[in-house]
Amino acid sequence: MTTTTTMTAVNPRAARRPTGGGQDAVGRGPREGVIPRTAAFIVMGVFTLYFLTPIWWLLIASTKDRGDLFSTNPLWFADFRFFENVGALVAYRDGVYLRWLLNSLLYAGVGAVVATLLASMCGYALAKYRFPGRETLFNVVLGGVLVPATALALPLFLLFSQVQLTNTFWAVFLPSIVSPFGVYLSRVFAEASVPDELLEASRLDGAGEVRTFFTVSIRLMFPALVTVFLFQFVSIWNNFFLPLIMLRSEELFPVTYGLYAWNSTINQFPELRTFVLVGSLLSIVPLIITFLLLQRYWRTGLGTGALK
Amino acid sequence: MRSAKRAAAAALLTVSALAVAGCAAGGGSGSGGDAASCEPAGEDVTLTFTSWIPGIEDAVAMWNEENPDIQVEVQTGPSGNAGTYQNFFNQLEAGNAPDLGQIEYDALPNFRVQDGLVDLGACEDVLAAEDQFLDWTWGQVTLGTEDEVYGIPQDQGPMALFYRSDLFEQNGIEVPTTWEEYREAAVQVREAGGYITNFSDSDINQFAGFVWQAGGQWFENDGDAWTVNLTGDESTTVADYWQDLIENDLVSTYPAWTDEWNNAYNSGEVWTWNSAVWGANSILSGAPDTSGNWSVALAPQWNAGDEKAGNWGGSSIAVFNGTDHLYEAAKFALWLNTSEEALTSLNETAQIYPATTAGLELPVLKEGVEFYGGQPIYDVFAQAATQVDPDFTWGPTMTQTYGDVSDGFKAAAQGNGTLLEALEEGQAATIATLEAQSIPVAE
Repeated sequence: MTTTTTMTAVNPRAARRPTGGGQDAVGRGPREGVIPRTAAFIVMGVFTLYFLTPIWWLLIASTKDRGDLFSTNPLWFADFRFFENVGALVAYRDGVYLRWLLNSLLYAGVGAVVATLLASMCGYALAKYRFPGRETLFNVVLGGVLVPATALALPLFLLFSQVQLTNTFWAVFLPSIVSPFGVYLSRVFAEASVPDELLEASRLDGAGEVRTFFTVSIRLMFPALVTVFLFQFVSIWNNFFLPLIMLRSEELFPVTYGLYAWNSTINQFPELRTFVLVGSLLSIVPLIITFLLLQRYWRTGLGTGALK
Repeated sequence: MRSAKRAAAAALLTVSALAVAGCAAGGGSGSGGDAASCEPAGEDVTLTFTSWIPGIEDAVAMWNEENPDIQVEVQTGPSGNAGTYQNFFNQLEAGNAPDLGQIEYDALPNFRVQDGLVDLGACEDVLAAEDQFLDWTWGQVTLGTEDEVYGIPQDQGPMALFYRSDLFEQNGIEVPTTWEEYREAAVQVREAGGYITNFSDSDINQFAGFVWQAGGQWFENDGDAWTVNLTGDESTTVADYWQDLIENDLVSTYPAWTDEWNNAYNSGEVWTWNSAVWGANSILSGAPDTSGNWSVALAPQWNAGDEKAGNWGGSSIAVFNGTDHLYEAAKFALWLNTSEEALTSLNETAQIYPATTAGLELPVLKEGVEFYGGQPIYDVFAQAATQVDPDFTWGPTMTQTYGDVSDGFKAAAQGNGTLLEALEEGQAATIATLEAQSIPVAE
């Protein structure tokens, strides 16, 4: 089964997947002079340094004990105590940190899968069916892209309070499965990659709309779905304000909120500082893994969307 | 498709109906003023209690074990000003606040003016417990009223002087007992290559502690209106004193609680810290290389021979409006803050320094502390605790006031403007904030 032929055009690495023939992947742009190239490299180098230094600092800080943290070079190793630190973090208060990490995976993982499914169905319907109010609906959804999640947190809290769902798993999960941007992307992609002829053929063969969607269309939309999943995964993982407002019980916290709570009491309980540092470092690992695993798909998805 | 449209319309309607209901309920709970009665429920009760103190669960577990009919569920979050207070206000608005919550003394008046707290004075046990607490900690929860009690004092932060006994000794400098001597010592310390202390431009509550010690009063409430006085004589004296130290480069001005700040203490660059009892733990973990070199003395005085101390921090357990179980909540809050087992547990897990007179005599607070060269430092704080002026009152918008003053303090630490100017701006901004919230201000 081929996912899509457009992949090869953008990403040579995707050629490993069996495809039904594609163009020669690597094109060469016009040659550039040495000076602009050098300048570009310098600018990129500076920015890379700018973005990577904090992560490097975090990595170094996680390997130190409290004394070394303040008295040794912040950008180079001292006594290597990373594993002791991780051990202490995991053991602290019966492993509450691991619980938070699991919660985050649950909120972000399951939430993003459901969000992707809903967004793709919605985007697909908007792209492929004609019905009154279609454009209005789409514009409303598009408007949703512009509303920051933070602005919605408080109204959501009041709503959830009415139905007594605050401080439950659902208080964070339900708002997370909505992705206006995903709907937008799915619509654009469905229009571009799912041919009407194919749908007609499928209908002639006797497949219902639902079956067509799940067996034909969803496969064609796959790169877009990966992109939607990734965006949603990252935004749920980083969503901080919603859990802050909704959750009271420690066992429901996602890792971002848990670390923030610890960090806010460092003045009074300085021993938490090491835990916050090591915890922050570990908390970006799942994001990095997700990105690495999915990057070839999402790069294609973005590229294809941009071409149309 | 028609049905989808109808469903959407129905959903929209539901949402707006809920929103309206939410507003209505919010308005209703805010205006509640019925005197709650303090009667036992006569059935099993589960209370919710929000606190951000790590390890408070241990003490609560003891309570739950002994009181099967009054179970307490701990909820948690970031420290008060970092989000939990805002959450409390949101929850009060939505009508689902916990039964009990941790509230620092300086935030208590804010919850009081917003009508978020239940008066525990309705409970006889609470009124009878007054004698167990230090006068001034009780004053913090009565908010200057008679027989009204808005929380049970939990901990306190009497201030004293942490100093590097080794450095003072090596350089032949006397440990200062008055602020005048402190300034003289500051010059000598500077000559020896260090700073006597760090002036924190963000910890306005430390500065408030200095003013408290000097006998100043930032706020007064006569029952009708608030008097705001950030620039009284005592405040001015304190501000001018520190202004002088800053201008003459006698104190460092690192942002507090940062790595540089920790490093300044850990490396011996800064020699003293005028801090509260909980600061003992901050130095211990921020400057681990200096173990054994620190001591604690009573705070420097404005007049030789005075015995006055300031306070920095401390919190209470309050009961929120909307609780159905005032009697049980009060009972639990009293137990948590007066029983020896709870206070010992809180001290062991979170270094909570009790607000009761008996609590100051806990065996664990009588021991010598290795980091402080074996000195039984809590004896000093117990003495300081009895020297805190009981009449100091916090304003109803302290978070705002801290922020307003902090901006000016930061500028002053950089050499722009003065601390006194910052207080003047804070004064004006605080009055404006109170008026904007329709809280009456006395002229």
